[in-house]
Amino acid sequence: MKRRLILLIPLVLFLGMAVFLFKGLYLNPSELPSALIDKPLPAFALPAVNDPGRILTQADFKGKPALVNVWGTWCVACREEHPVLNALKEQGITIYGINYKDDNASALKWLQEFHNPYQLDVRDDKGSLGLDLGVYGAPETYLIDSKGVIRYKHVGIVSQQVWRDELAPRYQQLMEAP
Amino acid sequence: MIRYIAASLLLLLVWIGVAQAAIETFNYANDAERERFQALTRELRCPKCQNQDLADSNAPIAADLRREIHRLMEEGNSNEQIIDYLVARYGEFVMYRPPVEKRTWLLWYGPAAFLLIGFCIILIVVRRRRHEALPSHVQLSADEQARLASLLEKKNS
Amino acid sequence: MIPELGHLALILALCMAVVQSTFPLLGAWRGNQQWMGLAQPAAWGQFTFLLFAFGCLTWSFLTDDFSVTYVAENSNSLLPWYYKFSAVWGAHEGSLLLWALILGGWTFAVSIFSRQLPEDMLTRVLSIMGMISTGFLLFLIMTSNPFSRLLPQSPVDGNDLNPLLQDVGLIVHPPMLYMGYVGFSVAFAFAIAALLGGRLDAAWARWSRPWTLVAWTFLGIGIVLGSWWSYYELGWGGWWFWDPVENASFMPWLVGTALIHSLSVTEKRGVFKSWTVLLAIAAFSLSLLGTFLVRSGVLTSVHAFASDPTRGVFILAFLLVVVGSSLTLFALRAPVVKSQVSFGLWSRETFLLVNNLILVVAASTILLGTLYPLIIDTLSGAKLSVGPPYFNALFVPLMVILMMALAIGMLVRWKTTPLRWLQGMLVPVLIASVVLGMLAAFMLGDFHWAVLAACSLASWVVLAGLRDLQDKTRHKGWIQGIRSLSRSYWGMQAAHLGLAVSALGIVLSTQFTAERDLRMAPGESVELAGYHFVFDGTQHFEGPNFKSDYGTLRVSKDNRNVAVLHPEKRLYVVQRSVMTEAGIDAGFKRDLYVALGEPLEDGAWAVRIHIKPFVRWIWLGGVLMAIGGLLSMSDKRYRFKVRQRVSQSLGLKEAQV
Repeated sequence: MKRRLILLIPLVLFLGMAVFLFKGLYLNPSELPSALIDKPLPAFALPAVNDPGRILTQADFKGKPALVNVWGTWCVACREEHPVLNALKEQGITIYGINYKDDNASALKWLQEFHNPYQLDVRDDKGSLGLDLGVYGAPETYLIDSKGVIRYKHVGIVSQQVWRDELAPRYQQLMEAP
Repeated sequence: MIRYIAASLLLLLVWIGVAQAAIETFNYANDAERERFQALTRELRCPKCQNQDLADSNAPIAADLRREIHRLMEEGNSNEQIIDYLVARYGEFVMYRPPVEKRTWLLWYGPAAFLLIGFCIILIVVRRRRHEALPSHVQLSADEQARLASLLEKKNS
Repeated sequence: MIPELGHLALILALCMAVVQSTFPLLGAWRGNQQWMGLAQPAAWGQFTFLLFAFGCLTWSFLTDDFSVTYVAENSNSLLPWYYKFSAVWGAHEGSLLLWALILGGWTFAVSIFSRQLPEDMLTRVLSIMGMISTGFLLFLIMTSNPFSRLLPQSPVDGNDLNPLLQDVGLIVHPPMLYMGYVGFSVAFAFAIAALLGGRLDAAWARWSRPWTLVAWTFLGIGIVLGSWWSYYELGWGGWWFWDPVENASFMPWLVGTALIHSLSVTEKRGVFKSWTVLLAIAAFSLSLLGTFLVRSGVLTSVHAFASDPTRGVFILAFLLVVVGSSLTLFALRAPVVKSQVSFGLWSRETFLLVNNLILVVAASTILLGTLYPLIIDTLSGAKLSVGPPYFNALFVPLMVILMMALAIGMLVRWKTTPLRWLQGMLVPVLIASVVLGMLAAFMLGDFHWAVLAACSLASWVVLAGLRDLQDKTRHKGWIQGIRSLSRSYWGMQAAHLGLAVSALGIVLSTQFTAERDLRMAPGESVELAGYHFVFDGTQHFEGPNFKSDYGTLRVSKDNRNVAVLHPEKRLYVVQRSVMTEAGIDAGFKRDLYVALGEPLEDGAWAVRIHIKPFVRWIWLGGVLMAIGGLLSMSDKRYRFKVRQRVSQSLGLKEAQV
């Protein structure tokens, strides 16, 4: 009888593995959590997109909870999410932009054409701020609190649904927090 | 479902043609530095590719990171410093060599443990089989075994 | 019309598979001869319908029928005909059909070549293979129908075959690999049938060993082809990346290697039966697991198919049924009665156990490393990567132990070996291999410990083989003695030589690779490891479905021309993807490898130049192992009177006369 129990070991191991495989089906292996959650925005000093003379720093993003949107005119998906950002701005939500690895002239043209949802827009043409943020592709959107601490990161297009399901609840929470 | 399609579409839009080799022309202080760079970029994973290391990936992010690693090397950073720098930004995901810590003990020490257990089992099996190989008069009867055990116990105590 | 016929044939094949898997099994249980007799015709019918369905899909590809979704997604009218043909298995649906077809083919082969089996055994084997077929055909028809149409708006032209797959290596790689994966289903079916029938004996091992050898050989060839393909096609000069998909093929191969060894112990000495059965189940289960990993998208991989969770759920359920029920059966029916066979520490039995242990630990290590990111993600949501540094760190020491034990294992005898005699055999081998290793390490260039170790180990394995050969022939003299040795003995020698050759190739090419990435303008030259490379610039030319920048590099050594290399950069027009074609001068002692990167200003290019000593040996070793497998399989004791069998099974009259 004891020897029969030993013969059960392979079955038990296999079933254990199957549990993980099943759960794995509903995970997205290419979705990376940010390494910067609950850490302050990295320090930077970069010019604004619409005013090369003005130097923006991380201090400018403090004060109230906000979205920080990494975008570029080269990024096709950014065009898709742009109207959503505009709509969010209309609702009174603060959005800061990071114009990532882009040509400034095209960025200005884009903002003129499609409307500018960004309260402040950082010109990160070298991608150095993007690197410090751990950006690996645009669009990416961070949710920061009033002290400039990163609370959440969404990779990919911010659609109405993403806003409703993922971002809005967290944003509300930050607004209500002292 | 929709989420998967959206994600794969996004990948297609942003990174086209990741399947080709990345070939760049950096300058190095000496051959040792060149080898160090090659070794380092082989140990680090491109954050947004389908399982490729930094050395081979042609994705823009991989190119950025290679440039960054090269810069950090020229500034005199050690391998650990460079890896820490990337981990602080992209998470432990970028390390192809997972750190040895509590949650990776099974990963790192498991195989050695399997091997040891396996060798023990083989030894036990061989012992038993060899025992049977002996002619029956060499084998001890139950009585004799009990006596032997008590004798050994006396000797040990 | 043709695609609909193909679809119909698939459904009929499924019906056949259902018949094949139910009635004969019940018949074998109840002793009903008529029901048992259904197994063979059903297997043949299934294979015929699958062939027909496969033919229909091939026809749709060759005639550019873009109303078929699968054709529209994976072909293009500009594609050369041979790639249209290979595009049949270029993506998920078609490759699954190929898988089913090969399974049908194996079943057909078993039904013909195994007629000397007792009828109930053969019936059970065919039934079990029918069950596997049923699962795959259900999967194919329900989630991945290759014949579904894009109507009424079918596209004018197709989306083209993934350019990565437009290559000769990729025409043959998947069929070889599937032959291997699916081939293990035969060993699996034999094991389950033996468990069901309670007939787990030496005869069972003798029946399943040649089938296992064929499957193992095919899988090995498939892996070698895949590795060779990634070497010349991906443009980074690597040949193995421990990617989940590569691991998925390597794990069954390792367990299959353990299986062919343990089958030989069971065959000759009647021991370790339960263990051998477990290995047979494991080898096929790992093949299925590989399918799951590749097609469900649970792991990120370079070569994963387009992923789809519903497919994943289906395969997982299938995996649960097949593996879960066979392991349950194993727990219930595997013999626990100790056999009366005995052996000593220094015996072939012990060393085959050691071989099995190391190979199984190696496979488990790979499984652990492949699934660990998934496990961590499930438990804590953290993302972790397990890559080449991990696998190399653990796999290499295991292979070192394996090679150390291998040489002893070749020389020790069944039951027990006098230690004195063994020492007398091995001490000269040990001394000679260390000396050879040192000589090689100092002569091959800069001294590396790894080179010393690899050369010594390889010599240890090869010399032990020679020593055994000498011992086996000592009574009869060389010529007479060599002729008297069996094919399976030569197979063993060839495969072990292959391991040594591969090990040398891996270590030497890794240690002595010279690599440069540099900017080269036309006319510029570079000196690397004694070779002089001159870049003559690139020319533009248009292929059937791509545009190419075709580079030319002339290579000379000591003012003598060695080679002219043509690396290419291709833009495949339809999918707008860029591919690198490396320029390679292959050689026995070294490869010269050149790939083009990005074009820079003034006709200059980023160029990667590699000199890889002994890199061919890696694949040469793999080929030797495959030859070993074929030699063993064709051994006299497994040989059947094929012609007689075929005519008999086709029901020809003369067989009865």
